[in-house]
Amino acid sequence: MAAQSATASRSGLRSALPLLAPAYLWLTVAIFLPLSAMVFFSFMTDLPLSGKSWAFTLGNYAAFFSQSLYLTLLLASLRLGLEVTLWCIVIGYPAAYVLAKVLKGRSREAIFLLVILPFWSNGLVRIFSWAMVLREGGILDTALNAVLPFKINIDLMYSYPAVIIGLVHSYVPYMVLTCYLTLQAIDDSLIEAGRSLGASRLQVLKRVIIPLSMPGLVAGAALIFVPVVGSFMEPRILGGRTGTFYGTVIEDQFVAVFNWPLGAALSFILLAVVLVILAIASPVLRRAA
Amino acid sequence: MRMPRLTALLTATAVFTTALTLAASAAEVHVLNWKGYGADEPWAVAAFEKATGNKVVNDFFNSEQEMLTKIRTNPGLYDVVMINAAFNDQAMAEKLIQPIDTSKLPNYADISKDKAGSPMLDHDGKVYGVPWVWGLTALAINEKSFDNPPTSIAEMWDPKHKGRVVIRDDAVEAVQFGAIATGQNINDIKDMDAVKTKLTSLMPQIKTFWSSENDWNQMVASNQIDIGTYWSGSADRAKTHFKLPVSLVIPREGAVAWLDAFSIPVGSKNVEGAQAFINWMIDPKFYVEWVTKVGAPVSANTKAVEALPQDAFNRKVMGDPEVAKRIQFQAPITDAQREAYLALWQQLKVDVK
Repeated sequence: MAAQSATASRSGLRSALPLLAPAYLWLTVAIFLPLSAMVFFSFMTDLPLSGKSWAFTLGNYAAFFSQSLYLTLLLASLRLGLEVTLWCIVIGYPAAYVLAKVLKGRSREAIFLLVILPFWSNGLVRIFSWAMVLREGGILDTALNAVLPFKINIDLMYSYPAVIIGLVHSYVPYMVLTCYLTLQAIDDSLIEAGRSLGASRLQVLKRVIIPLSMPGLVAGAALIFVPVVGSFMEPRILGGRTGTFYGTVIEDQFVAVFNWPLGAALSFILLAVVLVILAIASPVLRRAA
Repeated sequence: MRMPRLTALLTATAVFTTALTLAASAAEVHVLNWKGYGADEPWAVAAFEKATGNKVVNDFFNSEQEMLTKIRTNPGLYDVVMINAAFNDQAMAEKLIQPIDTSKLPNYADISKDKAGSPMLDHDGKVYGVPWVWGLTALAINEKSFDNPPTSIAEMWDPKHKGRVVIRDDAVEAVQFGAIATGQNINDIKDMDAVKTKLTSLMPQIKTFWSSENDWNQMVASNQIDIGTYWSGSADRAKTHFKLPVSLVIPREGAVAWLDAFSIPVGSKNVEGAQAFINWMIDPKFYVEWVTKVGAPVSANTKAVEALPQDAFNRKVMGDPEVAKRIQFQAPITDAQREAYLALWQQLKVDVK
């Protein structure tokens, strides 16, 4: 029985090979090779590019532990990742529910379009638009003061909240899309059954809808958390004085001092930390899912 | 059926690429410079192309490190590269640039002697960089926030500007600025702790770290800042070209001066075109037009500066011997120093979070 299924899966693999090959070839060339080069760089004292001598070293990884700076920033970035993910759930999940279960036809398409819209615009354009909205004397400040009877001063630009707003706006579509897919797959009759058996709306939400849509929530959270922890563009532009994060420090190593080895080592430490977090969380998440 | 079509497509691509490569070698001058920094002005490029028959192809960098990487990784692509004099040494040591035959540059004779003879550009009696323009990293103010322009660097620390001060996100510039504020030589900082203490007390004043001219100009245009570090040429451009209420302040404590020069990379395919282009760039006619139309730093060519009106900022203020006494020219920095400066700068930025 076991042998039989193994043969079956092997022949399945053989027939699937032509279909898989382009994707794997692409992944090998475009991701695996450059990434291995980066692993290689991270153990070097200097880049061989400029004809300078170089040797293997662990010093780049040791640098992370020798200065409290990197750990502080890594923790700040992890916190940023958690906060942004949380806000994406708070904002994205209800939106996904409404899209999947309440709206139908034209209005659903229209709302869907609005959700996807950020995807179609360039990231820098989005961030600079936020800069115009959030600053003192900007669009938000002017609009609120025009409506409100009392004077308020809104200057969110160059602050931690500005970074959160910018990142949540960029990443919330991931949450909406993944949750929408799982919510849509929930059979309406399950919800009706729960209601007819006397469950309140809240109980239905807690016992039926959330557990069944958990895979979408988890996928969305992972899709958002990982890139946000390494983000550098949004913090740099919107964060001002408070915008130094782990990602911006890595960027500095690559761009400002041309120290690719240290930049690469810092990136792989981040990758390792993120993988450890996902590994620790996975039993919990799997049970939940 | 499929394969021949693919082959045809590949062949077509190959032919097309070859055609492009061939076209590229026909009297083109590939220039590598900061964006919006003179060499890419459309009117200047058009006039040069008309006069010499060379076609100018501009490429840009966003930091000196990126510039060096671009020449390292594209040997033979560029014919002219604009290198800050402090980096000329490194570029020469790595054999990225070649000696320049200055006898082919008629305007070279008019370059001020102290710039042309700079030990940063001349090695073993050979010229590796032709001085182009120089300028300052000084302070600039939002005129709306001041009745009288300040004279001291201490203005940056004044509590009344809290949250309305900017500084460039650049470790070397920040540390050298700290050296000036603590009365030290920027090229030989003895008391690094004093610099760190001074900059630490500046950090809470800061609104944000700027990285491009556009950042600075936007913040002044929306009246979000009072004062900050700025480049002299950029302040001039902000005032002349963008009509912003910006004026440059050269504090009595001094300012950081830099010298930008043109070099010819090793392997240039059009050295003659490169020489013609560099000569064009240091010509008084180009310089006066650049200053008038756009705003620019100070030319290294004395005749070019003399061609400006008497009261022009670049002639009157920057040419003032009193100013010359206060400024300190940037010397080359080792990689170790650069990394130490970055570590200090990052620590300061983390501490203020």
